[in-house]
Amino acid sequence: MLFKLSLSNIRRSMRDYAIYFFTLIIGVSVFYVFNAIGGQAATLEMSDSQYEMIHLLETLISGTSVFVAGVLGLLIVYASRFLMKRRNREFALYMTLGMSKRKISAILLLETLIIGVGSLFVGLVIGIGLSQLTSALVANMFEANMASYKFTVSGGAIVKTVVYFAVMYLVVMLFNSFVVTRMKLINLMQSGKKSEQIKLKNPVLCVIVFVLAAALLGFLYYQVGWRSVRIERNSALAIFAAGSAATFLIFWSVSGMLLRVLMSMKNTYFSGLNSFTFRQLSSKVNTMVFSMTIICLMLFITICTLSSAFSIRNSMNKNLNELCPVDHELVISYDTGIESEYDDITELCKDNGYDITADFSDYVNFTTYSDPAFLFADSLGDAFEDAQAMYSFLQYDTPEQLIRLSDYNALMELYGREKLSMADDEFIMLCNYTSMINLRNKGLSVGAERTVFGQTLKSKYASCQDGFIDISTEHINAGLIVVPDSVVSGEVPDTEYFIGDYSSDDKEAAEKAVHDGFDTAMRTLSANSSNEEGVYGSSNISGYGWTTKLEIKEAAVGLGAIVAFLGLYVGLVFLIACGAILALKELSDSVDSIGRYEMLRKIGAEESDISRSLFRQTGIFFLLPLVLAAIHSVFGMKFLIFFLQVFGTNSIASSVGLTASMLLLIYGGYFLVTYFCSKSIISEKR
Amino acid sequence: MELLKIQQIEKYYGSKSSLTKAIDDISFTVDKGEFVAIMGASGSGKTTLLNCISTIDRVTAGHIFLEGTDVTALKGKALNKFRRDNLGFIFQDFNLLDTLTAYENIALALSIQKKSAKETDVAVKTVSEQLDIKDVLSKYPYQMSGGQKQRVASARAIVTNPKLVLADEPTGALDSKSAKLLLERLRYLNKECGATIMMVTHDSFTASYASRIIFIKDGKIFSELSRGDNTRKQFFDRIIDVVTLLGGDMSDAL
Repeated sequence: MLFKLSLSNIRRSMRDYAIYFFTLIIGVSVFYVFNAIGGQAATLEMSDSQYEMIHLLETLISGTSVFVAGVLGLLIVYASRFLMKRRNREFALYMTLGMSKRKISAILLLETLIIGVGSLFVGLVIGIGLSQLTSALVANMFEANMASYKFTVSGGAIVKTVVYFAVMYLVVMLFNSFVVTRMKLINLMQSGKKSEQIKLKNPVLCVIVFVLAAALLGFLYYQVGWRSVRIERNSALAIFAAGSAATFLIFWSVSGMLLRVLMSMKNTYFSGLNSFTFRQLSSKVNTMVFSMTIICLMLFITICTLSSAFSIRNSMNKNLNELCPVDHELVISYDTGIESEYDDITELCKDNGYDITADFSDYVNFTTYSDPAFLFADSLGDAFEDAQAMYSFLQYDTPEQLIRLSDYNALMELYGREKLSMADDEFIMLCNYTSMINLRNKGLSVGAERTVFGQTLKSKYASCQDGFIDISTEHINAGLIVVPDSVVSGEVPDTEYFIGDYSSDDKEAAEKAVHDGFDTAMRTLSANSSNEEGVYGSSNISGYGWTTKLEIKEAAVGLGAIVAFLGLYVGLVFLIACGAILALKELSDSVDSIGRYEMLRKIGAEESDISRSLFRQTGIFFLLPLVLAAIHSVFGMKFLIFFLQVFGTNSIASSVGLTASMLLLIYGGYFLVTYFCSKSIISEKR
Repeated sequence: MELLKIQQIEKYYGSKSSLTKAIDDISFTVDKGEFVAIMGASGSGKTTLLNCISTIDRVTAGHIFLEGTDVTALKGKALNKFRRDNLGFIFQDFNLLDTLTAYENIALALSIQKKSAKETDVAVKTVSEQLDIKDVLSKYPYQMSGGQKQRVASARAIVTNPKLVLADEPTGALDSKSAKLLLERLRYLNKECGATIMMVTHDSFTASYASRIIFIKDGKIFSELSRGDNTRKQFFDRIIDVVTLLGGDMSDAL
């Protein structure tokens, strides 16, 4: 009997429940798809390091899933509470008929169960279908090969999805039961009869609050957009909190002012159904100030997360070509002031049993120097004090890295980049990290003097030149000074480099050969060492390492992909949540307004006018939080670009475009579904 | 002058096996400037008749002409336009938009007709004086009494200068004092402003304000009364006679 009642309740209020059910299904399938990525990736041909990346991605998604589950859980509780409120009259009827609260709870329990099981099943089926497509996406993102297509179902992901959602539904059940035990018959019966009260807020107060909130936002925008460098972790949180408060106040005051402003424009207000449209809208916004704020903030976070995630991925791939022109880089660093017994790395390897030149077609050996008396602080010149005030966290007492002009040009020959030339008493500052460029440029001018190894040199250029020696995917050269050969002659180098391209076309085999050979050489060196204190023998090597294009590429592509996947995951869930909250409110409002539309028809409003009114109501309702979120995002992105510089992200246009299209697809999709559902609701005959 | 002509209209509900004839061959005419009441017990078909005339419902057979236009032949947009430009409605449950003030409710009828804000303002002010609701113009429906609400609804119906005002049990939800006030206003609109009003009611007192009464029973015209030179009291007594004759359910409408 109860089961029958529950089932018929659901069927009857399908209209209300449809969007809820729809959202749950999307939630379940998104949850499954992302948690099944590991399983999907297993069907691809991947290198070990790519597997490690996928594993890292799985772990991160696992962690994010907890957060996502929290968001979805809140959404489900909100939605079910919202739908329950709409059924007060029905509960009142049950209670007057003598049904116990326990039985009402049981009905609700059954309903939640039916919806839960239904949405889980449908969501998982859709999720499994969609996740077959993610194989291709994973392959594309990680630049792996899709060897052969295999239909895969990830049991682990299914179990995980079921468990997480079961917990969420359980919370909803408990919550519903709690609400039922606190219901009072009198309140239930009166809930539908209370005529709508229109409370207009004090307009003067609204204007004052609006101005204050706008001023606060302006101040925060300024802090975030133009004072980015001073923001630390705690102040970032404070700014976000203040921004949230300001957002709330903006919605609060706008909801109060909007109608007043529109009403004062008599010709617009009393044209067609406008007065009706604006009133409907105003009452909607008035009751949704808090939700609007949350939605606006979620949209803001989504826009920023997605844009930065896509930017990082894009620039990673782009930078690879520019910043990593060769296959391999070997570096050995020495304790300062003690000269190596070998001329260069080639000789070091040869003497210890490995002919490194055999594995390379093109290569250069070179050294860099540092002068303990020529520090970063000295290098900044006049700009030092300003710099210290602005960037207090930088290490100003590190010696600057110096390279001989001839060495640098030899390397550039290998890299295929432009060479430099200068007079014997000049130096050139190289840097490609944007904020560091800005900082260094302040102290630079043509002829600006610096003393290196006791010699006074003049700057050839008024600003930093673009250049680097280490291969990477990021613009992270914070400063390197090219000096005339004569300046460092007789000085002891502190780092030795060996950079080159493999002779073999099989890069992976070549990489392995070089690593094995170099390792053997270093071990031999260490074993033959006469000096017991130095790990690597008398040469006083303080450390060595290598970087290869293959490693960099996989890390970069993998990192880009991980960031993009996580961004997508969180972004998708947030968008769904935003869309669902707005859609629920709008649809239930439409149900409540059926009578009003019926009346409009009776007094002769045309169907096209009514549709237009509904479209405007829904559109503005969906647009309001989006517009403010977009404005927030402009400044939020300005702030993020500052941090994204390290990835070489200068243009975010394409990633913003991608984000916008995702937003359009999901948020816009919710808007359209809501509009058409509302339209069908209000055209029903009572 | 003949304004409304009802020609042998019929309205059936249900399927062939269980057919209900809500209206069974009714014909009559209404002249311009008349105040006609349609009386009948619940289920007699009077509201169906009104709905058919107001184009909210469609007739099964027959024709309805308003100033020569056959409204039964109108469809879709033309129907909405016809209703908007020619008819005014007053409902039993007021049917005001609870989100709008009285002023806005009245103005809405005009703005739907795409009148300018200036015209609207003048028209609303005029009609609110005629119906004595100037004081409540800025109030919302929930702040008004039933009588005030119904007079606002009447103002909305009349403000567009419709050819015909249709009122469905306008006093149904009002106390007797408010009902009297409303009816006096309706008569004023009829007499002084020349509005043609057609009102459906089962209440003899309400009907006694009309200039002519058509009695309906089981979907057919049962009788017709004209007020002529009678006072309202005399007319009321004559109505009671007919109602007694109608018998059955109708007698409880005394």
